[in-house]
Amino acid sequence: MRFIVMVKANKDSEAGILPTTEQLAEMGTFNDELVKAGIMLAGEGLHDSSKGVRISYDGKKRTVRDGPFTETKELVAGFWIWQVKSKQEALEWAKRIPFQEGDVEIRQVFEAEDFGAEFTPELREQEERQRQAIARNRKR
Amino acid sequence: MSPPKAAEAIDAVWRIESARLIAGLARMVGDVGLAEDFAQDALVAALEQWPTSGIPDNPGAWLMATAKHQAIDHLRRRTMQDTKHEHLGRELDERQGDPEEAIADALDDQVGDNLLSLIFTSCHPVLATEARVALTLRLLGGLTTDEIARAFLVPKSTIQQRIVRAKRSLAAARVPFEVPRGPELAARLESVLEVIYLVFNEGYSATAGADWVRPALCEDALRLGRILAELAPDHPEVHGLVALMELQASRIRARVSPTGEPILLLDQDRGRWDHLLIGRGLAALTRAEGPGGGYGPYGIQAAIAACHARARAAEETDWTQIVALYDALAQLMPSPVVELNRAVALGMAFGPAAGLELVDSLKDDPALASYHLLPSVRGDLLAKLGRFEEARAEFARAASLTQNSRERALLQRKGEAL
Repeated sequence: MRFIVMVKANKDSEAGILPTTEQLAEMGTFNDELVKAGIMLAGEGLHDSSKGVRISYDGKKRTVRDGPFTETKELVAGFWIWQVKSKQEALEWAKRIPFQEGDVEIRQVFEAEDFGAEFTPELREQEERQRQAIARNRKR
Repeated sequence: MSPPKAAEAIDAVWRIESARLIAGLARMVGDVGLAEDFAQDALVAALEQWPTSGIPDNPGAWLMATAKHQAIDHLRRRTMQDTKHEHLGRELDERQGDPEEAIADALDDQVGDNLLSLIFTSCHPVLATEARVALTLRLLGGLTTDEIARAFLVPKSTIQQRIVRAKRSLAAARVPFEVPRGPELAARLESVLEVIYLVFNEGYSATAGADWVRPALCEDALRLGRILAELAPDHPEVHGLVALMELQASRIRARVSPTGEPILLLDQDRGRWDHLLIGRGLAALTRAEGPGGGYGPYGIQAAIAACHARARAAEETDWTQIVALYDALAQLMPSPVVELNRAVALGMAFGPAAGLELVDSLKDDPALASYHLLPSVRGDLLAKLGRFEEARAEFARAASLTQNSRERALLQRKGEAL
């Protein structure tokens, strides 16, 4: 199963302050361990929210707001995707992240079987039609 | 911490630490079976103590320290016994010196030599293939006997016996705990890759049982492959195998309908392919080229999988390229199964008659006599040629040959739909 491990933003990450050489080296060692353990599928850091944009949906209405956004602790500054056997395994790995402060949130990624009855044959058919349309467009 | 919570956490720590722990101990005592016993003792100690004491801040180090004491006691006892048999004692003294120091050395595995030795030992050719698989999943994958038994649909006692006997065989054959060198390395590496791919395939299209795919086994195999790629990055075929598994795994969720029926490659909804894994597979494939520029057998198979991964719709598949890759594979690894696959590609690239001609030349091959995919492929080609009566008979025959109930149903439906 897969988990996304989200690193929450803090004052520094939001101010666009990059990690120190030492912090980067520690993180590099930790990432190496994840790769060597065969569990790391992806991992990225994100620009601060001042470079981001938010879209709110209300019926047909779209409202677009530019960053920065204020609720720092709710923002995501980076993430990993890990493939492990259990939530506990993800948790044990997360405890080893070389952070001195801040928060990390672990969430399980949906797998096909988790959708169950919600992913109806009709929805699948719709996906199929979209796929065919895309294929036709590409040929033009 | 409540006991069930603690047990789950210990499970997780075990999965993370056990391979390195066992590998370090095996380096020390020179015996994989003994090493696992010490590691297990440490695990039992954790299960006894952690629920009340809480999980230590560095659980890996705790397990290491506990197992280390066991190993030191053992070595001291052995050294004392050996002073009685003096020639052996001398040898041990020369080799090991101070046990404390030797253990510290053994557990310091910066280059991953211990883990790699453990992989090579678990996949040693003195063991039967089944034993290699069970031992590798147990020692490297951190799976319990129970999990392995469930994965292969055999009783737990069977796996237990397999592992006990495997450890005994390794000790009896005095298999050294090391990474093979020189000309032996290539053959031994092949055995390792074979074991990993076997585990993957058992998950990817289960040979028996009610589920067509068992993704957990694929994940175990992928994890082993990814670990190996880090430990032995200079071997192109390791990357070839990883690329092959990543690319095949990218299709897992598109291969099964919500009700568990198999969906074949060309009928799959490609929007449901896993593009993260496709990206990883294509990246691994770029590392799979040998020094001379060509691929090995796993690399070629990965390159074929990559042709499918790159085609956004089934009708955009570059079948001519796939035929060329199968030609190369047949040269490197001549086998009737490769020929059968080549026939499918030929049929797609140059028409069903071309495919059928090759399939018909394989009909009497004894290696394919009970292989359900032969009549299944033949049925497809016959149906495309409008020879429905013969096609129906082939699908019926294919259905009678497969051990997997989902696949049987699919083949029966194909026959009935004609």
